[in-house]
Amino acid sequence: MPEHLSVTINDVPVCVARGTTVAAAMLLAEQPSRFSVGGEPRSALCGMGICFECRAMVNGVPHRRTCQIVCEPDMTVATNP
Amino acid sequence: MRRTDVLVIGAGPAGITAATAAAEHGRKVIVLDDNPAAGGQIWRGDTVETKDSSKHAEDAPRRKALERLRLSGAEVLPGRSVFSVDASGSLQAIRENTSGSQVEEFLFEKLILATGARERFLPFPGWTLPGVFGAGGLQALVRGGYRIAGKRVVVAGTGPLLLAVAAHLVEDGAYVSAVVEQASLAQLAPFAVSMWSNPGKLLQGAGYRAKLWKSAYRIGCWVVEASASPDGLRSVKLTDGTSTWTEHCDLLACGYHLVPNTEIASLLGCAFRGPFVQVDSDQRTSVPNVFCAGEPTGIAGLEAALVQGEIAGLACAGRDVASLQKRAAAERSFGERLEKAFALREELRAVPREDTLVCRCEDVRLGSLRGHTSWTDAKLQTRCGMGPCQGRICGPAVEHLLGWKPISVRQPLFPVPLQAFGSDAGQTEITESTEITEITERTELQEKR
Repeated sequence: MPEHLSVTINDVPVCVARGTTVAAAMLLAEQPSRFSVGGEPRSALCGMGICFECRAMVNGVPHRRTCQIVCEPDMTVATNP
Repeated sequence: MRRTDVLVIGAGPAGITAATAAAEHGRKVIVLDDNPAAGGQIWRGDTVETKDSSKHAEDAPRRKALERLRLSGAEVLPGRSVFSVDASGSLQAIRENTSGSQVEEFLFEKLILATGARERFLPFPGWTLPGVFGAGGLQALVRGGYRIAGKRVVVAGTGPLLLAVAAHLVEDGAYVSAVVEQASLAQLAPFAVSMWSNPGKLLQGAGYRAKLWKSAYRIGCWVVEASASPDGLRSVKLTDGTSTWTEHCDLLACGYHLVPNTEIASLLGCAFRGPFVQVDSDQRTSVPNVFCAGEPTGIAGLEAALVQGEIAGLACAGRDVASLQKRAAAERSFGERLEKAFALREELRAVPREDTLVCRCEDVRLGSLRGHTSWTDAKLQTRCGMGPCQGRICGPAVEHLLGWKPISVRQPLFPVPLQAFGSDAGQTEITESTEITEITERTELQEKR
């Protein structure tokens, strides 16, 4: 079994396998990565850093492309408002 | 600032063979890639360690190529997005880490563009719902640790990628209820016949089909709508042009073949042949000391990328490439056959409704684009294509729907927070919304000039 670590997504602790990208963790937690200009929930589309739909707040920094970031222990992730 | 003989942009198959060839012939080589690890898309590895680390057929060749790259002495720097480049020999990339972003500068003698391709997305009602992904997109996310075991998935769109993705999703425990290919049998049949001369690719295709024995393979059908319940995606409506039916699914993976990533080539002023970067038989572009290999020169798949990369790397090192030309020509002709076989059908233009979003970044609907005559006009009036993806997603869609050709690209190619340029970058707390608004305002001003 892969080693696991804990991250916080929208204030809820989530346990993920080491190596999981933040985008994948948000999908597993069923949390949208961002809300669109018109207020729609969105989640990752292209999975390769092109579409920017997976951008979310990571450790307080907004607009991070979460498909390009691997989860680290105690990371705080939140849906981009 | 780093100085190198050969700078390669992209650590996919083309970039890997290019860097390996140049480094094995004594050149100092740096490879930049915007993903967290080398491999590119088709060779994307699982980021989560699994018990069975060689579960996918392409794992062995990928590992072998990466090992040879490592032994060549080429230095791979992942997590770098190139946002600015100058043909005189300098380039800037942004490196993002958990605490912020930094700008890095590289000086080069020779540049190899191995920037690969992205999926083409065509809008349909419901395509912005969570649970709807690109085809390669869903596969990439699964490789990144998204678990889909037990999920009911429809894979749709067009291109050879659909079967490969569907087979991988099945390996990962999903139930793929249908693979939906828009190309007609009349388009696909000559392609299938021509594949008899290429037993390797034929066997690969047969292998995918064998894994998909539980899935319906529907040719000449396409998605017209996706619907969700409060719990998530519920179903997808499909048509063959005559009748329409509903397929229940938890996830939809939909992509319409590939479009080349040519933004950096455009910025450098490279000549184009249609949508592709024009290269000679040594993979040289029209700009001195700039080479290009793989999908940006024509969508032709893995084997083409490998041989073109090797040619570019050898040519950079001043070596003879004649022995590779026959292989390269055969792969190019495969690409041309692919293009014909998976050409988009007219009916796809009628799929989005007037209220369907086209630009996901700025929430611009198809109806509000009507009446505009060009990209520039539409951008100024609607902001279509002016969000953080800079039209990379809606551009190919608009081209198909309205026939507007893309307009010239500008730096920065990716949103860059101004703080990243500061000396204390990395420590600076980036404040809400500066990043996105700065780039869009800047682009807007440039547009108006």
